[in-house]
Amino acid sequence: MEHSPPPFFNRGPAPVVRLTFFALASVFLMVLDARFRYTEPLRQVLITVAYPLQRAVLAPVEAAGRIGDYFQSLADLQQENAALRAEKLAAAQDLMTLEALRSENARLRGLLDARERARADAIFAEIVYAGRDPFARRIVIDKGFTQGVELGRPVVDAAGVLGQVTRVTPLASEVTLVTHKDHAIPVQVVRNGLRGVAYGAADGTGMELRHLAANAEVQPGDDLVTSGIDGVYPPGLPVGKVVRVDRDAAFSFARIVVAPVAGTDRHRQVLVLRATEDAPPYPAAEEQAKKPSAKTRRTKRGEP
Amino acid sequence: MAIYASGQRILLPVNPWFIAFTMAVAFLFNLLPWRDVRGVPDLLALVIVFWAVREPRKIGIGTPFALGVLMDAANGVLLGQHALAYSVMAFMAITLSRRILWFGPVAQAAHVLGIFFVGQLLMFGVRAVAGAASPGWLYFLGPLIAAALWPLASFLMLAPQRRPESVDETRPI
Repeated sequence: MEHSPPPFFNRGPAPVVRLTFFALASVFLMVLDARFRYTEPLRQVLITVAYPLQRAVLAPVEAAGRIGDYFQSLADLQQENAALRAEKLAAAQDLMTLEALRSENARLRGLLDARERARADAIFAEIVYAGRDPFARRIVIDKGFTQGVELGRPVVDAAGVLGQVTRVTPLASEVTLVTHKDHAIPVQVVRNGLRGVAYGAADGTGMELRHLAANAEVQPGDDLVTSGIDGVYPPGLPVGKVVRVDRDAAFSFARIVVAPVAGTDRHRQVLVLRATEDAPPYPAAEEQAKKPSAKTRRTKRGEP
Repeated sequence: MAIYASGQRILLPVNPWFIAFTMAVAFLFNLLPWRDVRGVPDLLALVIVFWAVREPRKIGIGTPFALGVLMDAANGVLLGQHALAYSVMAFMAITLSRRILWFGPVAQAAHVLGIFFVGQLLMFGVRAVAGAASPGWLYFLGPLIAAALWPLASFLMLAPQRRPESVDETRPI
């Protein structure tokens, strides 16, 4: 102590000490976040604090868009209106047949004693912005758990499946897109009912259908819909279209590239599906139940 | 107080509120939805490095760390990614500040380019370890643009500290 300089220019701990402390704190945070998810409450608070700021920053952008809409020419709007009317008419026809088919389907399913398909209830939401993380495909929507959004709910737009809710805060939610590298969605080829799992491509731009044999019956142009076996996505939602199929004998699996039908760049409005019926209870292990257990066998043996 | 090269004018002391103001503006800039535009410079990193170079006694490493955590939460990325990068960048800026201030604006930009690049590489490394998809080469355009903005940024952020030019032949400095 007697050799230390007088504290005229006391600057606290040396920069190296501070750097070590804060770098260790960062690494600690990252481990807590990535491995154990202990940091969710802290993150919720920070996101909720930052959300009004984000909306404020976005306000001029949105206002500019709205002003552009306002000055859109009358002719454009009339044209669009006519197109929408025609579309609505076509849709109404489909809807009428759909109602008839739905009741017929319910009756037939009743006859077959099959479980009724759940009609998913939906929450309307708007995309606030595409997430700013350049490493991962995510979008943020303007509905949170105060509006009933729950973790894991599927999100669709007018064309098809967009993704899944992966983080919920009070006022906004984060949606991981189907093109995310770690996102998997069980799908079915419409043409022949072949089931598979589509993953986000490694470069984050498309999807691929993995783990299908090299001679699998898939062609370019095939439509893929959700198969619904995961209990998250309701069955029958359009997911994508097969773009390319590489059958290389060197690999045991075909390389099947899929282009998603939904797009963040095309639609601003999305639906968060919810209230899919709970999955049926896991089938009881009948074989085990039938098979007499070792204990009963022993007692049976001991009886005579 | 930094030691200046000959020919540089002595500046007024900085207002701490102005530092906070520039950081807030840069943070809001970073909050804009830049997802689909690649190579956007990280203005918050630029401001942090600038003040760490200019005022190494006012900017520690705690402020950059806290701002980094805020950026992580707002961006929805791994908590600690920006915090680590900003802490290291601030440390490098503080350590090199004496040296950097000795140069003119363009040479300073060349120095901070290295700092920005280290920060970007750190974030890239963290995400690569965490198993994220590759962001593409344009990701590393950000530091270049940030360094190119350095002369302009330092001119703007030093503006409140400049004194009116009054030629006084009798004054020694």
